[in-house]
Amino acid sequence: MTIHEVKCGFLPLIDAAPLIIARELRFAHDEGIELQLIRQPSWSALRDLLALGQIDAAHMLSPMPLAMTLGQSGMPTAVDALMVLSVNGTVIGVSQSLARDMEKTGWTADFSSPAPAATALFGSKRKIIRIGIPFPFSMHRMLLEHWLSAHPSFRSNRVEIITVPPPRMADAVANGTLDMFCVGEPWGTAAVQQGVAELILPGSAIWQFAPEKVLGATHDWVEQHPDASRGLVRAIYRATRWLDQPTNKPLAVEILARSQHIDLPHEAIDPAISGQIVRRKGTPPISPDHFLFFQKNAGNFPWRSQAAWIAERIAAWGGLDHEDAVRRGMACFRSDLYREYLGPLGIDMPGASVKVEGALRASTAVSSTAGQMILGPDAFFDGAIFDFDTQ
Amino acid sequence: MDVALKILVVEPDAARAQDIIDALKDGGWGNVFIVSDISALAPKLTEIDPDIVLIDIAHPDRDTLEHIGAISHAKARPVAMFVDRSDADLTQAAITAGLSAYVVDGLQKNRIKPVLETAIARFKMVEQMRRELDAAKQALTDRKTIDRAKGLLMNARNINEEDAYSLLRKTAMDQGRKVIDVAHALVTAADLLG
Repeated sequence: MTIHEVKCGFLPLIDAAPLIIARELRFAHDEGIELQLIRQPSWSALRDLLALGQIDAAHMLSPMPLAMTLGQSGMPTAVDALMVLSVNGTVIGVSQSLARDMEKTGWTADFSSPAPAATALFGSKRKIIRIGIPFPFSMHRMLLEHWLSAHPSFRSNRVEIITVPPPRMADAVANGTLDMFCVGEPWGTAAVQQGVAELILPGSAIWQFAPEKVLGATHDWVEQHPDASRGLVRAIYRATRWLDQPTNKPLAVEILARSQHIDLPHEAIDPAISGQIVRRKGTPPISPDHFLFFQKNAGNFPWRSQAAWIAERIAAWGGLDHEDAVRRGMACFRSDLYREYLGPLGIDMPGASVKVEGALRASTAVSSTAGQMILGPDAFFDGAIFDFDTQ
Repeated sequence: MDVALKILVVEPDAARAQDIIDALKDGGWGNVFIVSDISALAPKLTEIDPDIVLIDIAHPDRDTLEHIGAISHAKARPVAMFVDRSDADLTQAAITAGLSAYVVDGLQKNRIKPVLETAIARFKMVEQMRRELDAAKQALTDRKTIDRAKGLLMNARNINEEDAYSLLRKTAMDQGRKVIDVAHALVTAADLLG
């Protein structure tokens, strides 16, 4: 078998697990891929290296391939999302003082109800609420905006969204730079363990099925390296299936903690992988539904409709032509290649590549290539529905 | 080269910051400011209004800098980056790609000047192209709006295209507004009325 060397950039986050597992458990090796993981200091650096061809593929925030393709982030570069690496997994936290002010409005944290939390937030009498996110083109920002802008008390001048590197989120809350944040694990848990913040919502309470990270590669690289591209997707698919098995979770935590790639202690990794989140220091852990998963419910499938949802937001931020942005954005999520790479392995696929985003309030059986498969739920907290077929 | 060029350097390490200032001074740039704490970056950018920002490629705060540039409609500026290790491939790739951010080979003083000069020249060129493209896009959108407004008038008043445009222009003149603004108002009103 020919061995393909693939350089893959990543940021040290829990949801880089599919790449680390694909390498450490040799799923990549079995597919003929010599997977080199190259850690990056920032999303901007990772993006530029991908655009410059210094890395072949990357662990990316789901909006990044679209933002690059649409010329909104760094050098305009056509980037494809070959598969979704993880679904959900972010948390929203507030400073201790903001939590107390919210409680004064009569609100009690239940870690599951976005609407009352927004009411308490806007009722807290703060003139400006400063919220940290990891990158301007992130699902974090999209979820925050969807959640807060739906509220009748929302005024754009009351909310300021600021980018802060995730490892510094807790410090930024402690020194008063931020009142609040939306971040991926383990950084929410880190802020709780340091006693500076309380978590008020998981991202999944806003949207139950949000594509969080994707496997990105430049369109040119994908065209020129079909074998490496196929092998990579197959290896990572196997890694995500392994990660979702409940019996593998303790071992996954061990491997990730031991891995030189992620460099985080055991206790920082365990909550996200086991789905046991401590919301406030000293309280028992909570198990939110669908907190973070990698493969189940066709989680890896790059739905064109997810891309359309993301593209609409990027178009609105950048003042782009809506129709053109959605059309080009949808083409970035390569459901066609996903089918081509994984179909021959007998893996069940959804019958369609576009779904009505937000329509599934509960897990639902839908038609698939093998007959039927279970999807969802994918509802938004406010019942919003996005039907891209009719547009 | 422009001696008054204002350069803002983002560098938390004081010794390294001093090295950069020295290198820039040798290159003929004395108008250099240092920001060591990223939370002070946004106000510093407004206060200093630099022509170029220098930041280490490996600096995690690059994402914060990106966000300030992307969201606050701050004046677009070239951002140059530097690395400690010699990475000729990367430097070459960045220059070939026309990235407005360039990679300086370590801090070799003789390399800083040409790289900064190229970065600024390239940036100005790209900015010019972007502005022209924006203007062209705007013109196209405006034309679509005016065409729709003309169509609405033609239908409602049963007049020809030329008369519809004359009516738009006359209304604009009478009200001291631009034709595109009148067309916009008309199209919006028509949309509201269904």
